[in-house]
Amino acid sequence: MAATSPTTGPAQTRRPRPATTSPGRGGRRREFTTRRGLVIAAYLAPAAIFVAIFTYYPVLAGGQMAFRNWKLTDLTDTSWVGLDNFRAIVADPAWGTVLGNTVVWVVGSIVPQLVIGFALALWLRRRFRFRGLYQALIFFPWAVSGFLIGILFRWLFNSEFGAVNDLLQKAGLIDEPIPWLASPGTAMTAVVIANIWYGVTFFAIMILAALQSIPDELYEAAALDGAGRTRTLFQIVIPYIRTTLVLTVLLRVIWTFNFPDLIFGMTGGGPNDETHIVTTWMIKTTQQGDYGRASALGLIVVAGLLVFAVFFLLATRERREVRS
Amino acid sequence: MIGKETTAGRATRFAFLGLWLLFTAFPLYWIAVTSLKAPGDIFSYPIAYWPEPFSLENYRGLFDKADFGVYLTNSLLVSTVAATLATAISMLSGYVLARFEFRTKSALLMAALVTQMIPSFIALGPLYLLMTDLGLVDNRIGLVVVYVAVCIPFCTVMLRGFFANIPEALEEAAMIDGLSRFSALFRVLLPVMRPGIAAAFIFNFVNCWNELFLSVTLMNSDANKTVPTALNGFISSFNIDWGSMSAAAVLTIAPTMLLFAFASRHIVQGLTSGAVKG
Repeated sequence: MAATSPTTGPAQTRRPRPATTSPGRGGRRREFTTRRGLVIAAYLAPAAIFVAIFTYYPVLAGGQMAFRNWKLTDLTDTSWVGLDNFRAIVADPAWGTVLGNTVVWVVGSIVPQLVIGFALALWLRRRFRFRGLYQALIFFPWAVSGFLIGILFRWLFNSEFGAVNDLLQKAGLIDEPIPWLASPGTAMTAVVIANIWYGVTFFAIMILAALQSIPDELYEAAALDGAGRTRTLFQIVIPYIRTTLVLTVLLRVIWTFNFPDLIFGMTGGGPNDETHIVTTWMIKTTQQGDYGRASALGLIVVAGLLVFAVFFLLATRERREVRS
Repeated sequence: MIGKETTAGRATRFAFLGLWLLFTAFPLYWIAVTSLKAPGDIFSYPIAYWPEPFSLENYRGLFDKADFGVYLTNSLLVSTVAATLATAISMLSGYVLARFEFRTKSALLMAALVTQMIPSFIALGPLYLLMTDLGLVDNRIGLVVVYVAVCIPFCTVMLRGFFANIPEALEEAAMIDGLSRFSALFRVLLPVMRPGIAAAFIFNFVNCWNELFLSVTLMNSDANKTVPTALNGFISSFNIDWGSMSAAAVLTIAPTMLLFAFASRHIVQGLTSGAVKG
């Protein structure tokens, strides 16, 4: 098993380059020729056709449903209703909970994932026996579907026959079994724990790869300047791997936002709708047959993520003086 | 900072690494143990962390009472074909995006990022209607084409990162020797790209294998169901049969996990090559 051999480094990038260099081509600009245009078009065509027909077309068609009355109960009346679906969403008393849960879900998952993933990456930098095997093992949650993770943790958090209560009782931390998934606060905690289990690896891998691209001279220079561990971390390491950190956080926030699978399998949004996030709320609305309102929820997600992405990228934009 | 490590530092490091491994492995261990208990023993107290006696009853039930073998075959077929097609198509688009500068390039990359932001539920209704028109509802080919479209954007970006790391001189030399760009891509770059292609394929395969909502929407007859759809069926009944559920979960997780065990190094490289280069 080559992948888990202890001698093979993991996320080694073969030719470490500083993160700022642009990929190889230098400033060479080529003139536009018809032939070149045809080559580009021909190579992009298959991908573009698939994505246009089976992703963008249905998404746009679904998007306009957000402004129409589109209910399973009466499919004959699909008239334009403007922003009514959006108003109905906001007017729903559960909307506040759903929004709050979404924030808890995203922030509560991403922050611990980033911190633990960073720590793991720092600890994994040194070579040790079986490091490859170790990495392969902690990579496994990534192979499990969100829906199955939900089921897995639903069983673990089962109040009578689940291992979590049993182990906590054996350790003497609790006296009575906790009905984890039956009360709102603990249910939200439980789904977030399940999501942390899933997502730490991705951060660990990405950060480890970035750490390994830092040239040793940089550490040596820092040591010569008498910088301690904390200062080295914050003034050398973090600025150096900034691009990776920003991209990984951005991607994970987007994916976590659009990850109803886990909650769907674990609590189904329960108890009493208390663990719904926007995307599970969208599933529930779809199942209730109100397609117009479900599409409106979908547009809210896309808009929210676009705004987040723009602000996040602006806020973390590279400032020259940090690096030099 | 990476200098010498103290004994205490070393001990702390291994303690944390060990704890994290336990936390990662335990849920998987727990589901495997549950699946191997006799159906009557699952709800026994005190809770047993080792199945005694061992029983394959839960697994037998999956194949005797349900068509789990059929679902596994369907998932395997759909995921393999979709992942292969998506990887091949993304190779072409990733290549062009890595090698050429053109006006719509950043717009295309943006469009790929935006696809990640769209919750799949918004497209389900229109997609269902479209597939009905095409006669592809409850048809494995239908699921394949939809999965190909789902996989392409991220896979393209991933392979683009790989291509960007390979010197352009490689295929230019081949083209000077008289190969067309297309055959240079397949005969010269493909062998060099093997780890990246393996990573992309596995990533696609796992995503297709694990996909739930599209397959629930598009596949309804028993002969065409995929594994996630079947699992969803298990859970909608009010009382979950945890024995069968655990056995089904183990059978669902095992193939992707094996794939990861053999290729984790490639996947890690594949995921990181794009982002680290920034």
